[in-house]
Amino acid sequence: MDFEWGLFVESLPALAKGAVTTAYLALGAAFFGLAIGLVGGLMRVARNATLRAVSLFYVTVMRGVPLLVTLLFIYYGLPSAGILLEAKTVAILALALTNGAYVTEIVRGGIESIDRGQMRAARSLGMSTALAMRRIVLPQALRRVLPPITNEAITLLKNTSLVSVIAIPDLLRAGTDIMTWQANTFSPFAGVALMYLCLTLPLVALNGHLERRFRIR
Amino acid sequence: MSEPTIRVRNLHKSYGETAILRGVDLDVAQGEVVCVIGPSGSGKSTLLACIDGLEPFEHGEIVVCGDHVGLGPERGGARQRLPEAHMNKVRRKIGIVFQQFNLFPHMTALGNIVEAPIHVLGIARAEAEARGRALLADVGLASKADSYPGELSGGQQQRVAIARSLAMRPAAMLFDEVTSALDPELVGEVLGVMRKLAAAGMTMVVVTHEMAFAREVADRIVFMDEGRVVEVAPPAEFFAAPKSPRAAVFLARILSGGRDA
Ligand SMILES: Nc1ncnc2c1ncn2[C@@H]1O[C@H](COP(=O)(O)OP(=O)(O)OP(=O)(O)O)[C@@H](O)[C@H]1O
Ligand SMILES: [Mg+2]
Repeated sequence: MDFEWGLFVESLPALAKGAVTTAYLALGAAFFGLAIGLVGGLMRVARNATLRAVSLFYVTVMRGVPLLVTLLFIYYGLPSAGILLEAKTVAILALALTNGAYVTEIVRGGIESIDRGQMRAARSLGMSTALAMRRIVLPQALRRVLPPITNEAITLLKNTSLVSVIAIPDLLRAGTDIMTWQANTFSPFAGVALMYLCLTLPLVALNGHLERRFRIR
Repeated sequence: MSEPTIRVRNLHKSYGETAILRGVDLDVAQGEVVCVIGPSGSGKSTLLACIDGLEPFEHGEIVVCGDHVGLGPERGGARQRLPEAHMNKVRRKIGIVFQQFNLFPHMTALGNIVEAPIHVLGIARAEAEARGRALLADVGLASKADSYPGELSGGQQQRVAIARSLAMRPAAMLFDEVTSALDPELVGEVLGVMRKLAAAGMTMVVVTHEMAFAREVADRIVFMDEGRVVEVAPPAEFFAAPKSPRAAVFLARILSGGRDA
């Protein structure tokens, strides 16, 4: 089996369509994952013990269960509970839940990395804990966590390749489809790899930029 | 004599099993400057944190400008923890400056100063900034309004921190070894600002190792050791002839050059 340049080029339009789906899933999941991570991270450092426990439980479960299992569990589990979701919705849900757990821990670490003197100074000026968190601690913490969060987004993007198991026509699935019809594994997959690379490269660049930018402050 | 600006009665505070403050009494009259000195670990920082409502305590009473701090007035032999909303209001009335400046690094000098007036007191930005610039001028930093803390020297940062506290128009200012983290050549500019403030009639409690400053500026010296106030005296008297043996030992040690006696 040799590399067939023609087959490679021919497969690109179909792969591009798959890549759009992959990007769509990744963007959606990254958005919700970020939202979950912010809330979860704040809960992890809350004074209320119940909030802390709930958040820790969520993080422990989502980090302990493989994404593929989560995906299948939601895909086959929810219908039996009478909830029917579109496959893409299931995919975004599973990806966001997993990504959110990692972002939660990153955000917690970011908040805890801010010197306690900052909170103390803010409170001494009469700020409530909530206001001090919003105006003083979080803005500093978020700068610190942006690079690791983009890193997590790269992982998320690559993890989207797992959704092909629930019949979503993503980038990987587009590749396997072409492979099945053309009986040539090598050539279309060169395209698949290339496209994943194209999708992750901007994130890698962003990550590098953020790391350089926030190194000092 | 009228009601003191700060009144501390029989203050007890411990961290876990260890008693840190063991019955502290202290009155600070309006416009008075009290310097608190004492060996490391004697509870000076803890006392200031309690007065500003930053640390809870178990027993005793702190009243600032008529408002209880931490614990409410005694009712039926017991005192109740005051709610956070009340404490946030009380903290506005007392400014505190720390050894480690604790400026907000993501805001400019002016941004640091106007942050609480705008978001806590609800003052209009333009008004807060005008006053903030005036305060910066008072501490000799008119040209540094747009600098970030990272671009300022330690002495400049500490002066911004003082201006930030003053922006809340506090009834009293607490200083916790504000020059201890500074290079020796930067100490003078910060003490100069504090001198000016004292001369302007600010009520101040100053924890310091700068004995010359204490002697010159303080109305009274409070000597603390092992969580208690051991001696209170006018500076001339205290430095000439401390009454308690422990203060005498402390002074002998610190004046012979050991800073952290
Ligand atoms: N958060 C804390 N938890 C436990 N112990 C503490 C805490 N903060 C302070 N302490 C202890 O309380 C005692 C008094 O501390 P404090 O900082 O009030 O002393 P200080 O008189 O200000 O000393 P220094 O001159 O070194 O600043 C010390 O023994 C210290 O170890
Ligand atoms: Mg101290």
